[in-house]
Amino acid sequence: MSEVLGDFVGDWHALVMLVLAGAIPNQIWRMLGVWLGGGLNEGSDLLLWVKAVATAILAGVIAQILVEPPGALATVPAVLRYGALVAGFATFLLMRRSILAGVVCGEVVMLAGKWWLG
Amino acid sequence: MPLPPIDSPTWNSTLRTFGWGMRSVTATVLAAVLFATYLGIGALAHDSHFSLAWTLLSTILVWAGPAQIIVITTLGSGASVVQSAIAVTMSAVRLFPMVVSVLPLMRTPQTKRRQLILPAHFTAVTLWVECHRFLPQVPREKRIAFVNGLGCGLLCISLSANLIGFFLAANLSQTLGSAILLLTPLAFLFSTARNSKGLADVLALVLGLVLYPLASLMSSGLDILVSGVVAGTIAFGVHKWREGR
Repeated sequence: MSEVLGDFVGDWHALVMLVLAGAIPNQIWRMLGVWLGGGLNEGSDLLLWVKAVATAILAGVIAQILVEPPGALATVPAVLRYGALVAGFATFLLMRRSILAGVVCGEVVMLAGKWWLG
Repeated sequence: MPLPPIDSPTWNSTLRTFGWGMRSVTATVLAAVLFATYLGIGALAHDSHFSLAWTLLSTILVWAGPAQIIVITTLGSGASVVQSAIAVTMSAVRLFPMVVSVLPLMRTPQTKRRQLILPAHFTAVTLWVECHRFLPQVPREKRIAFVNGLGCGLLCISLSANLIGFFLAANLSQTLGSAILLLTPLAFLFSTARNSKGLADVLALVLGLVLYPLASLMSSGLDILVSGVVAGTIAFGVHKWREGR
């Protein structure tokens, strides 16, 4: 029983890291929004720059998952990982920016490719 | 499932309003996207060696998909707490204008600031979009209860998806496990592309994708921050330059 609980919780160090690296740096901005209210101009240059950097960081993380894949994704050949993303993106654009259509197509291409390669 | 008319007595009960908010998650396709996203996050956390409690807590405490995949990917690949915190906080700045623009929709002169903390916590892109869609159909003085219900509903969907994704990653064959892991980059790329309206956003997305592999060759440990700041600044610069001409 204690082993099951131990597996569920994992190590405490990681939970502290989650609060320090994940929860606090994220929540600061929501709480700032509550306290400051309408004091900021949405079209300001600073906010525009921050938004661009945030988008690029997220894009970088997406690239990182594909270039240095974790766990089971590492068993998929690189060509197939990139191919699935490109095919999915093309479908997304063709289907009037449907996220669902893009995701389904990307998945189908990856699975079909993996099956075909054996 | 349509909401009751705005003058219906149903709205008098706060609990029933909360219930209507919660049930409204069934009336949105975004819930399906959210499910797929959190299924992927659950699998990603599992394969990056985080525990189930860690995964569920990250969804409850952070409640922002991009910040969660950043924290999982950076901490999982051995970055320091400071590096991940900087990357997370950059990704979270966008929540500030979202909160600032969504709270006035539910505020009344009697509203206390502490009543807005929970709606602010639930604010992320999905809730933000749905608030603009649903709130005009809800009496103003009941909107906080409705939003809390909607937020709880979305959270339940995400936690279930995390749980399923985590166990699927643990028990499925490698092929299906990799299919679930692939959900994260696909869903995030397309939802970000969908939200990219201006030139600065589109350029930041494309340059961010292209520059990360280059930055990772330097393996400075700061790869994600370097590529993000460089790509974002170039995108912003090009936008300003075009605007100035």
